[in-house]
Formats: sequence, structure tokens, C-alpha cells
Amino acid sequence: MDKTVNQKAWFMLIPVLVLVGFSAVIPLMTVVNYSVQDTFGQNVFFWAGTAWFEQILHSPRFWSALGRNLIFSGLILAIEVPLGIFVALNMPKRGIGVPFCLVFMALPLLVPWNVVGTIWQIFGRSDIGLLGWAVDAIGIDYNYVSDPVDAWITLIVMDVWHWTSLVVLLCYAALVSIPDAFYQAARIDGASRWSVFRYIQLPKIQHVLLIAVLLRFMDSFMIYTEPFVVTGGGPGNSTTVLSIDLVKMALGQFDLGPAAAMSLIYFLIILALSWVFYTVMTNHEARQ
Amino acid sequence: MNLDLTWMAWTWPTAIFFLVIAALILAMGAWEKVSPGGGPRVGILNFETTRGDRLFVSLLGAAFIHLAWLGLVGPSLWWALGLSIVYAIGVFRFV
Repeated sequence: MDKTVNQKAWFMLIPVLVLVGFSAVIPLMTVVNYSVQDTFGQNVFFWAGTAWFEQILHSPRFWSALGRNLIFSGLILAIEVPLGIFVALNMPKRGIGVPFCLVFMALPLLVPWNVVGTIWQIFGRSDIGLLGWAVDAIGIDYNYVSDPVDAWITLIVMDVWHWTSLVVLLCYAALVSIPDAFYQAARIDGASRWSVFRYIQLPKIQHVLLIAVLLRFMDSFMIYTEPFVVTGGGPGNSTTVLSIDLVKMALGQFDLGPAAAMSLIYFLIILALSWVFYTVMTNHEARQ
Repeated sequence: MNLDLTWMAWTWPTAIFFLVIAALILAMGAWEKVSPGGGPRVGILNFETTRGDRLFVSLLGAAFIHLAWLGLVGPSLWWALGLSIVYAIGVFRFV
């Protein structure tokens, strides 16, 4: 019997195509158009060619913001992934503790970004915030407004508080899906706690761990709201990441051309890194 | 109704750029119609790629080649374009 060919399904794609068109393709095309022109407003544009791209690529401001982004994402992954695995391994697998732990872990994820920033901005102040007051009280001179190291520590701790739960919940979901038979076999073989982790648990959570790394990397690389609310990119430029610099350039200085060029370079970096992560993940899956 | 698109600030070079991308995607569609399945194979990167993957890698690589040229050499991008085409042929041949 011949296979029935029905092309009606293509019409089902129209809503998503319209949505992606208006939310992604048209804005992206506009950014590309802006990146090769200069404007002083009123929809009047002047051709600038590749000048803005050259300006951005030769700008120490761009490279230092990119460097800060990479350092931030690297530190976030180095802390949140092992910490998330550790917490997930130690969470109860059955009993009354499970719902308590799950709700407790999910709470930070439910707080909106700008509220997280405001919470930590107040929490870290030495005059009215508990953290700032407590750290000052034990004799450490802590001030995230004037000290770059303190500002970085505050941002890292804030992100760890906000997002480690995501890694925990993903790893926990993978851990509870491991059948008991694996653990029984390990017990019979007299496997140590480390061997159980290395040869049973880690391979089983590897897939979700890659998703967690991907999500945390993308999100931390695009971070904007929290540092904007807590430090505003300061002190000086010490916490100015690419997104903060981009908004300063586009909305603060109204330099739409350079901002468009910078956002395209930023977009290409994210696209390339996403592709690498995606390829690693799908190939890993295919090999398994 | 008068559709005002001046805010998109279209220029001929950027319009040609997007038309070339659209033409490439249409050509890929036609290629798929002629020879369905995407031509999957394992190349020098040691994982399976389809011709859509190879086009994506070619375009992304071309973007970085142009940026590197702008940053390291200068504003004349014809050599970067030539290098990108050689790169794309390499990707379609070996990746």
C-alpha cells in the first residue's frame, strides 16, 4: 500500500513561525542593519560599514567585559556543579524528608531575578543587612560597594544561592531513577562509597549533568539583572559583564551602532558555545 | 494601511546578506528534495553530521573568520570571504 502523503501538517507550523519571526528573526535582522550604520535618532541612518565591529574588536572595554563574563561563568560552574551533586547525593531518597527538601530546594528558583538582586543588595549592607553586619562583626572589612573582591564574592555567593538548586533537582531526579538492583550488586561486590559514585551514580547522572552545565553556562554567561541591581557593574567597572556594558552602550549612551555590533559578537560567541555543548550532549547520547 | 519599516533601517548590503542566507536555506531544501535523508556521515570531527550541520558550521565559522580578519588584519573583507568559502568547501568535503 502506498504511503498517504498529507502536507496539511505544515500549516500547524505557521503559529510558531510567526512567533519566532516577530520575537527573534525580525529583531535580529534589525540589529544586523543597525550594526553597519550610525544614527542620531529620528530614524535617520548613515552608512558606517564595518567600523563598529572594528571599534568593538579593538576595544579593551569589550575584552575585559568578556573576560569577566568567562571568569564568572567558570567560577559558577566550578562551584555549583560539584556542590549540586554533593547536595543531591545527600538528600533523602524516601520518607517525609523528600517533599520538604524538594520544596526547600525549589524556593530560590521561584524568586524573580530582580528580587534576588534586591534581597542580596540589602542582605550584604553592613548597616541594615544581616550578612554585611555579621561579617563586619567578626572583624572582616566587607563592603561590596567599594571593594571589587567583595563585590565579586557577593555576586558569586548570590548566584550559588539562586541556582545551585537547579543542579541539585536535575541530579536528584536522575539519582532516584537508578534501580535498587545496581546498589545491591555494588554491596555484594563490596564496593566503596566512592566506587558506587564513580561507576554507578556518575554515569547515570551524566546526561542531566550535561544539561545542567549547559543551562548554567548559558544563563551565567548572559547574566544581567542580579549584578545590575546589586553592584550596577561597579565598583568602577569591576563587575561590568557584557550584558551590562551592552545596555550602558545602547540605552545609556544611545550608541546603537556599536551596541548592535557588540550584541552580534556576543550572540555569535553564545551560538558557538551552545553548538559545542549541544554537539557534545547529543553525541554522548548517541554513543550510549 | 501604510506599513512603515523605516525603523528596521534596511540597507542593500544587509538585504543582500539575508537574501543569500535565505537562498542557501532554499537550496538546502531543494537538495533535500532531490536526495532525502540529509546525507549523514562521520567525518574528521569523529561524530555524525548532516549537510544542515555542515552548513551551520560553515556559516558560523565564516562569521568568526570575518571577525578575526577585521580584528587582526583590516577592514577589507574580500580575503576573509575567500577564506570562508575555502573553509566551507573543506567543511562540506571532510566534516
